[in-house]
Amino acid sequence: MRVELKDIRKSFGAVRANDGITLAAGEGTIHGILGANGAGKSSLMKILSGTLPPDGGEIVLDGTPVRFGSTAEAIRRGIGMVHQDPLDFPSLSVLDNFLLGAPAGLVPRRAHARDAMSALAARFGFALDPDARCDQLTVAERQQLEILRLLWLGVRVLILDEPTTAISPSQRTQLFTSLRAMAAEGNVVFFVSHKLDEIQELCHRVTVLRQGRVAGEVSVPCDTRVLVHLMFDRELPRAPRPRIALGPTVLELTELAVGDTLLTLEHIFLQLSAGEVIGLAGLEGSGQRLMLRACAGLIPPIGGRIRVGGQDLTGRPYGRFLAAGVAYVPAGRLGEGLIPGLTLAEHVALAEPRRTPFVDRRLAARSAARRIREFDIRGTPGTDVSALSGGNQQRALLALLPDRVTLLLMEHPTRGLDLESAEEIWRRLLERCAHGTAVVFSSSDLDELLDRSDRILVFSGGRVAPPIDARQATVEQLGEMIGGKGF
Amino acid sequence: MRRAGFAAAGFVLTALAGAAILRILAASPAQAYGLIAAGAVGSPARVTFVLAAWAPLLLAAAGLLVTFEAGLWNIGIEGQVIVGAIFATGALRALDSLGPPWLAVLAAGLAGAAGGGLWALLAGALRAYGRVSEIFGGLGLNFIAGSLTVYLVLGPWARPGIASTSGTLPFGPSLWLPALHIPPLTVPSEVLLGLAAIGTVSAALRGTYFGLYLTAMGRSLRAAHLRGVPTTRETLRAFALCGTLAGLAGFVLVAGAYSRHQLFPLISGGNGYLAILVVLLAGRSALACALIAAVFAAISMGSLQLPLAMQLDSSMGGVIQGLLVLFVILLRGLQTRFVRAGT
Amino acid sequence: MDPVPLAAAVVAAAPPVIFAVLGETLAEKSGVINLSLDGLLLLSAMIGFAAARAAGSVPAGIAAAMAAGAASGLVVAFASLTLRQHQVATGFVLTLLCQNLAYLLGAPVAHVPGPQMSPAPVPLLERLPVMGPVIFHQDALVYLSLVATAAVWWYLSKTAPGLVLRGVGEHPAAAAARGVNVTRVRYLYAIAGGALVGLGGAAFSLAVKPGWSRPYGTEGTGWIVLAIVIFGNWDPLRAVAGAYLFVLLQTLGTVLQSLMPHVPTQVFPTLPFPLMILALLLVALADSQWVHRALHRLPSGTRRRLLRTLRALQSSPPASLGASFEQE
Repeated sequence: MRVELKDIRKSFGAVRANDGITLAAGEGTIHGILGANGAGKSSLMKILSGTLPPDGGEIVLDGTPVRFGSTAEAIRRGIGMVHQDPLDFPSLSVLDNFLLGAPAGLVPRRAHARDAMSALAARFGFALDPDARCDQLTVAERQQLEILRLLWLGVRVLILDEPTTAISPSQRTQLFTSLRAMAAEGNVVFFVSHKLDEIQELCHRVTVLRQGRVAGEVSVPCDTRVLVHLMFDRELPRAPRPRIALGPTVLELTELAVGDTLLTLEHIFLQLSAGEVIGLAGLEGSGQRLMLRACAGLIPPIGGRIRVGGQDLTGRPYGRFLAAGVAYVPAGRLGEGLIPGLTLAEHVALAEPRRTPFVDRRLAARSAARRIREFDIRGTPGTDVSALSGGNQQRALLALLPDRVTLLLMEHPTRGLDLESAEEIWRRLLERCAHGTAVVFSSSDLDELLDRSDRILVFSGGRVAPPIDARQATVEQLGEMIGGKGF
Repeated sequence: MRRAGFAAAGFVLTALAGAAILRILAASPAQAYGLIAAGAVGSPARVTFVLAAWAPLLLAAAGLLVTFEAGLWNIGIEGQVIVGAIFATGALRALDSLGPPWLAVLAAGLAGAAGGGLWALLAGALRAYGRVSEIFGGLGLNFIAGSLTVYLVLGPWARPGIASTSGTLPFGPSLWLPALHIPPLTVPSEVLLGLAAIGTVSAALRGTYFGLYLTAMGRSLRAAHLRGVPTTRETLRAFALCGTLAGLAGFVLVAGAYSRHQLFPLISGGNGYLAILVVLLAGRSALACALIAAVFAAISMGSLQLPLAMQLDSSMGGVIQGLLVLFVILLRGLQTRFVRAGT
Repeated sequence: MDPVPLAAAVVAAAPPVIFAVLGETLAEKSGVINLSLDGLLLLSAMIGFAAARAAGSVPAGIAAAMAAGAASGLVVAFASLTLRQHQVATGFVLTLLCQNLAYLLGAPVAHVPGPQMSPAPVPLLERLPVMGPVIFHQDALVYLSLVATAAVWWYLSKTAPGLVLRGVGEHPAAAAARGVNVTRVRYLYAIAGGALVGLGGAAFSLAVKPGWSRPYGTEGTGWIVLAIVIFGNWDPLRAVAGAYLFVLLQTLGTVLQSLMPHVPTQVFPTLPFPLMILALLLVALADSQWVHRALHRLPSGTRRRLLRTLRALQSSPPASLGASFEQE
């Protein structure tokens, strides 16, 4: 099936996510969609998969223009998307996930479906146990399940949205082999990514998007600089990293063990100095969040000791950690870090020390205005924080931090932000480091981890590797460790 | 203004729906509504009874303003009123002959507040430490409080001679709360207590850190905790404060000048649940709370006339109150959808 | 105390609770909680009795009661799905309204005789030693309750629409992505669930507790049913087991009271409520952190086994169950 997108337009309010995009992919090809964060890749694929309707333009399949009202309709036409976060049913079995939503009578033909699934799996080199619970599968296996399901429903155009974010290198190799096999059978694969090396390895052609428009379309493999130039219109500058003199020990973890119902981390040792930056690397759900929350005092450890600035705070309540200068900025901005429905001024009132039982709203408003100016937040003291954009919410979170922070714990500090905002966030973080703050952050961006950290802790399958020096490490080494090598 | 509009529309719909229901019972809506109105405001004596019913409702609603601000569904308020009444009765019985009557009444007030507060803390602790939803925890405690009342009335606190479910031995006039004579009306003093409570609570919620903490918790418990709000402590405080006010409502139901002056089963008479309806309608506004509570008290008292005069069950009043709140909720929802479709 | 008559009594008294529990499980599985259960049971019981009396037939009463239940489900679904109002608010108002309506409209039929279900022993099977008197010497509603339990279990685990319901409850966004009209599914099960609850009410006034009065005597049962659904982890078999347990407790209460006359009469009827709180505490315990920290000290073999038991007790509520039970 030949897929053509003609002059696709989509806007969200004032933001033009897709501004007249045209591309075509022929039968049997793997077509890459490359672009930086915010370039419009997600919106475009959502339109192609039927999740969103376009504002303008049309989709043409084998010469016939089509309109989808829903993803189900798109699947009936043969187009299906595998999302980054698989949309499946964790507590149901693999077979049930496979069956759910497929056309059936009152009682589904399970034996038939079982056979179909194993046949498809064998054809593409997947191995899935039909009776296993879906939440016991790895992210890679859940992706495989979704791919098989879509193929079973007759999908000939497969869209994969950043599929390699949370899978190991060996699973990635398996996936690429399977995708090549699918293309060889005549299917079309759209591969959405911001990773240049993967595009080079897998695709036949790639369309590069920049700020909602097509920057160019080239055959692949090609010179990486061409792709970078198309993505950014300039060479990627690597800001030189200043060396900061490290101060006294700020955080000391001894034989720390922390866990919840799903995962337990044990035998963690760490010593962190003032001004130092530690990056936490690993697949989502490997324990980085647990460790950050334990260091913040939100979860009491099962064993071991936590010392902050010399004080033993093991098992002490969250308030004591706050008093000791620990600050935690979660990944979920609204609803975790910021309170929806409350204004910036009210957040400031909560953040500043209270002198009387009564809230001085004028004082809070003045203080909020000052922070807004300082951190360049697009909003007023009376703005409800849920009305702020993602980038402004992140700035607000930083603006609400106390002046002196001993230990700053950040989850995914630049997730979902464009390059310039991300650069600005790191500039402010490094400023604090220069004044003695120690920073621990988690990220799924290997480049960010290597560029910004002094040392990196790799998490894999509930275990933590001893810290590695970020300046010496390479992307390959980091990727392999995340995949489980060396544990 | 929009709020008043909804209330008015709600009244109209309620009157119509009520009329339809009355027709099913072959009763005349005009007669029934007339009786309710007369029963409420027909004479100065009737108005006094409405005022007496208004006071506990005000107190309970004031308490619920606190818990609702924190996003808590304190269904257990009914039990908190009951336990307040129990404690107040106990104090009055104990101190009846031991010193001046005003001391006994004061002690009963404090005891009632303490009893309600403690009962509320139980529900709060179940939620904060046991993670049991305060809806079920509160409900369970409501039924336990109700059974406790029956046990006391038929057992240790029974009337000498015949143990009767009509209640304990009524207290003498010296142990009643005073009433103010502002001719032609007689205003039970507890009304002032109730109004003061609503006013103070409403102001405190807007102006203090306690209020800000509760608002934050009501919007997002998780984020509030992260921002340093001591959520467990404030949750318990909210429950305790609400329970204290509910306990005072219980005290008023036992010691009020126009009460039955005794503890009896169903002492709370649904005041707690009715207060929940009041706050659902009124939102955060103290004025709206007071007005709606007055109207509900009038309806409750007025519908007591129905059984004798028309052989209609007095729960007609409850039907009217329920319909009103339901219609307003539905109307508000319709308006939100209209606005959404319009923009 | 002879277990066979006790078991027979429990099975005879259980149908109202079973129907209510099954109905509410279906509704909540789709994501709609009908907090008006307590009032609804009263209203549908009253309507069932009044209609049966007016029409002179039990099936007419049952149909009327089920219609009342369905109507309640419709109102709750409409208010929460279409009008986006808080499910707890609507449900709470409805429970008071239904209770008051039941008392108001039921006054004419209070303490008045009317039609009842007649016993319908199954020929031959009723002579079996234990099973006979316990299961096969009951009325049609009891048999229906057993069939309904099996039917709901089969529906949920074996059929395609049942699978869709489970999916909607687990992850509505994923179901929607597969073309399921989540709102329509929720309306359907809210109404169907309500109808089943109505059937439960009819089972009270036409079989278990014939007639009507004010107070009726089942006040509070609806809340226990809601707790049973939670404790049953939204699984029909577990919920029905909880229902039988509750009815057993109630039946034992009257027996124990006669054996222990010095205990105040309020204790036994009230007992379900502290037990309900205890059961919910148990469920919360399975999720709690300090239990896991305490388990950490045990040897790994014991720990694994205990964790598996705990996981069985863990509560996994269906998604978007009206933020009413979100415990942070």
